[in-house]
Amino acid sequence: MADALLELTSVSVAFGGLRAVQDVSLRLMPGTLGALIGPNGAGKTTLFALISGFLKPDTGRVVFDGHDITGQAPHLNARRGLSRTFQIVQPFAAQTVRENIAVATHLHEPRRVAALAEAERVAARVGLAAQLDKPAADLTVSARKRLELARALATRPKLLLLDEVLAGLNPQEVAEMIPVVKAIAAGGITVLMIEHVMQAVMHLAQHVWVLAQGQLIAEGSPAAVTRDPRVIEAYLGHGAAARLQAA
Amino acid sequence: MARDLTGIVIFALAVIALTLLLSSGVWLNALMMTLYAALLALAWNLLGGFGGQFSFGHALFFGTGAYASAVAQVTHGINAWAALALAIVAAAAVGAFVGAPAFRYGLKGSYFALVTLAFAEVFRILALSAGFTGGGVGMMLPLNESIANLQFGSRKGYVALMLGCVVAALATTAWLRHSRFGARLQAVRDNEDAARAVGVDPYRIKLGATIASAAFMGAAGALYLQVFQYIDPGIAFGPHVSVEALVGAIVGGMGTLWGPVLGAALLHALGEATRNLFGQLPGLNLVIYGSVLVVIVLFMPRGLAGLGDLRRSERGGRNG
Amino acid sequence: MNFDILFASVLNGLTTGAVYALVALGLTLIYGVLHIINFAHGAALMVALYGVYGLKTAFGVDPYLALPIMVPAMFALGYALQRGVINRASHGKDENILLVTLGLAIVLENLALLAFKSDTRTIDTAYTLTTVQLGPAFIALPKVIAFFGALVTCAVLLAIVTRTDLGRAIRAVAKEKLGAKLMGIDVDHVYAMSFGIGLACLGAAACFLLPAYYVNPQVGAGFVLVAFTIVVLGGMGSFTGALLGGLLIGVVESLGGLFLGESLGQIGIFAIFIAVLLFRPSGLFGARA
Repeated sequence: MADALLELTSVSVAFGGLRAVQDVSLRLMPGTLGALIGPNGAGKTTLFALISGFLKPDTGRVVFDGHDITGQAPHLNARRGLSRTFQIVQPFAAQTVRENIAVATHLHEPRRVAALAEAERVAARVGLAAQLDKPAADLTVSARKRLELARALATRPKLLLLDEVLAGLNPQEVAEMIPVVKAIAAGGITVLMIEHVMQAVMHLAQHVWVLAQGQLIAEGSPAAVTRDPRVIEAYLGHGAAARLQAA
Repeated sequence: MARDLTGIVIFALAVIALTLLLSSGVWLNALMMTLYAALLALAWNLLGGFGGQFSFGHALFFGTGAYASAVAQVTHGINAWAALALAIVAAAAVGAFVGAPAFRYGLKGSYFALVTLAFAEVFRILALSAGFTGGGVGMMLPLNESIANLQFGSRKGYVALMLGCVVAALATTAWLRHSRFGARLQAVRDNEDAARAVGVDPYRIKLGATIASAAFMGAAGALYLQVFQYIDPGIAFGPHVSVEALVGAIVGGMGTLWGPVLGAALLHALGEATRNLFGQLPGLNLVIYGSVLVVIVLFMPRGLAGLGDLRRSERGGRNG
Repeated sequence: MNFDILFASVLNGLTTGAVYALVALGLTLIYGVLHIINFAHGAALMVALYGVYGLKTAFGVDPYLALPIMVPAMFALGYALQRGVINRASHGKDENILLVTLGLAIVLENLALLAFKSDTRTIDTAYTLTTVQLGPAFIALPKVIAFFGALVTCAVLLAIVTRTDLGRAIRAVAKEKLGAKLMGIDVDHVYAMSFGIGLACLGAAACFLLPAYYVNPQVGAGFVLVAFTIVVLGGMGSFTGALLGGLLIGVVESLGGLFLGESLGQIGIFAIFIAVLLFRPSGLFGARA
C-alpha cells in the first residue's frame, strides 16, 4: 500500500459535553485533491484545526509525511509543508496584498527584497497581480479569498487545507476560482478542501469524505458519495433517501 | 530601507547642527529632553506599535537600567560607560524574564497590560524595601565631570549621548520595517492565528521585540541617571515614565518610524508651554498627557502620523 | 505570633475585604457586560472619596448619610463617561478602550494632584475612634459598619441584576449582544447603565471607606491593582468570585502586612495576581478568560 501523505487515526475532540469530532480516520494520498463535505456544524473546520495544530485532539493521531504531528503547533506544521486557509478570511488588514503574502514567503526566504518579489509571483498565480499595493482591508470578498489562498501557497506547502475557499463568491467568481484551485493541484500540491459548493466538489475532487455530527459517515468518489443514502439523509433529514427513491 | 536610513541621517545631522548653533542652556535642555522623550516613545513603539502588545508598565525596564547603572557606579565603582552597557543588559534580561511567562501563557491585550503594570509595581516596592537600592531615599550619583564618567559640563554632551541612542532606536525601527523579523512581528500584531498558519512562532517574535524594547528603555534609564544624577523608586518604576513612553508613541502614531519622535516633540512642547503659562505644578504634565491621549484616541486613533497619511507614504513600496 | 493578634488581623482583613469586594463588583460588572477592563476604576474611586470628603468638610454631611448623594452622583458620572467618551473612543477596537480608560485615569489622578497636592486627608467623625469588641479583638466601628454596608450593597446589586428588568437586559447584553439588540434592547443604554452602576458601587464604597481610611490622589492607583487582582482571581464577570475574592484578598493583605510589613505584604497580592494571570486567567469562578 502506497504511503498516505496525511493519515488520521481515530481523532476525536470534545468541548465540554459536545463531541465535535468523533473517531475520525482517513488517509489522503499525495498528489490528489480530496474534499471534505457535510452539513453545517458537522465538525469540518474543527477537523482542519486539529490537523493543522490549532487544536489538540483528545485522542487519536495525526501523521503527516511520515511524521507524527499530533497536537504540534501550527507554525511548525507550516514549516513542514502543511498549510491551511481560514473559513472566515484572516488578512493582515492594515498591510498591502504584497506585504500579506510576503509574510508567508519569508518562511523560506529570509531576505526582505526577495520575499517581496516572490510574493508578487505568487500573487500572479492567483490573479492578484493588479492589486499588489492595495491594503487588504480594501479588497472585495473574492479578492480576499484569493489572498488567503496566495498566502497559504506562498509557504510552498506539500498539503494545502482549503476551508470553504468558494464561500461567499457569486457564480462568476466561483467559475473563476475553480481553475485556480485546479492549477494548484495540477502543480503537485495535495489539496484537501472543505466545500459546500457541490459543483466544485464534483468537478475537482478525486476522493470525498462526508462528515456529519463529528463522524465520518461515508467516503468514496464524488459520484458514489452523492448517491449514498446515508449522505442524503445527513443533508436532507431522516427518511429523505427513501422519499427520493420513491419519487 | 534606503529612504528610511537617509531620513535618519538627515535627522541626526539636523540635531547636530542645532546643537552646535545653540548656546542657550534652556534650549539645549529642551532639545535634550525632547530626545529623551523620543527615546522612551521609540522604545515603547517597538513592542507596542509594531508588536501590538501594549505595556502599561514600561518603566519596569527603565528603572532596572537606572538602578543597575547606579548600583554599578556608586556601590561597585564600575566605569560609567560599562555601567551603561550593564544597564542595557539588565533591562533586556528583565524583558526576557517578564516576557517569557507572559507570552508562554498567551497573555494578550488587557491582561498583558495588567501584568506589566503589576511587575512595575512589584519592582517599585522592592526598590523601596531593599537595602542596596537605597530604599525610599534613592541613590545619588556623585558629581565627577569627564567623558570617561559620562558626565558633561554642558548639556551638549548629553544631547550627543541621547542622539546616539535615538539614532540607534530609529535604525532598529527602520530595520523592523524592512526585515523578516519585523514582517513577522507586525503579522502577529495584525492577526496572530493567520501568522501562525504561515509559519510564524508568536512566542519567539514577541519575546524578541520585548527584549529589544526593554534594552532601549534600560539605556534611557541609565542616561536619565547621568543627566539628573539621582534616582528613586518612584521615578524609576512609577507611572510617569510608563505614561510618557506610551502616550508619546500613540500620539505620534504607533507602528511608524517617525511617529514617536513627532509625538515626543509635541508632548514636550505642550509641557513647556503649560509650564510657562502655569508654572511648575505637580501633576500638570500628566494631566496634559492623559488628556492628549484621550483626545487622540477619540479623534485620531492613528496619531499624528495618521494625518496626511504619513503611514501610507512610509510604506516602502515594491522595493521594501 | 499569638492567636489574638492573628484573629484581629483576619477580622480587619475581612472588613477591608468587604469594601474591596464592593469595588471589585463594579469592575467585574463592567467587564462582564462591556467586556472592557476599566483602568479608570481606581481613579473613579478616588474621585468618590474626595466627594465624600468634600461633603463632610464643606457641608458637614456624615459619610454614611452621604450615600444617597454619592451613589446617584457616581452613577451619573459613569453613565456620562461611558456614553460620551468611552463608547465613542472604541472605533471598534478593544485596545482603544484600554487606552482611553487609562487616559481618563491619568487625567483624573493628576487633576486631583493639582487640586489637592499629595496631602493625605482624613475626616473626623463622632465614631472614628469607637471600637467594637469581637472576641479578643477590638475592631474600629467604621470598619464594622463598612463590612456590613458593603455586603448589603453587594446584595442590592445582585438583586438588581437578577430580579429587575434592567438586570435582565444587562444579563442579555452580557451574554449575547447581537441577540439582545435584535430583541429590541438598547445596547448603548445598557452599556452606559452598567458602567454607571459600576461607578455607583464606588460611590457607596467611598462612603464606607473614608471614615476608616484616608484619601489622597494616589489612593486610586493602590486600589486599582487590588481590584484587578480580585476580579481576575474570582473570575471576570463573576459576582460570587468578586465577593469571595475580595474577602480573601483583604485577609491576605492583612496577614501579609502582619508578617512581612506593609510594603512587602503588598507584593504578596501582586504575586497572586501575576500567578493567576499566568496560570488560571479564568479565575476561580470565571467562565471565560
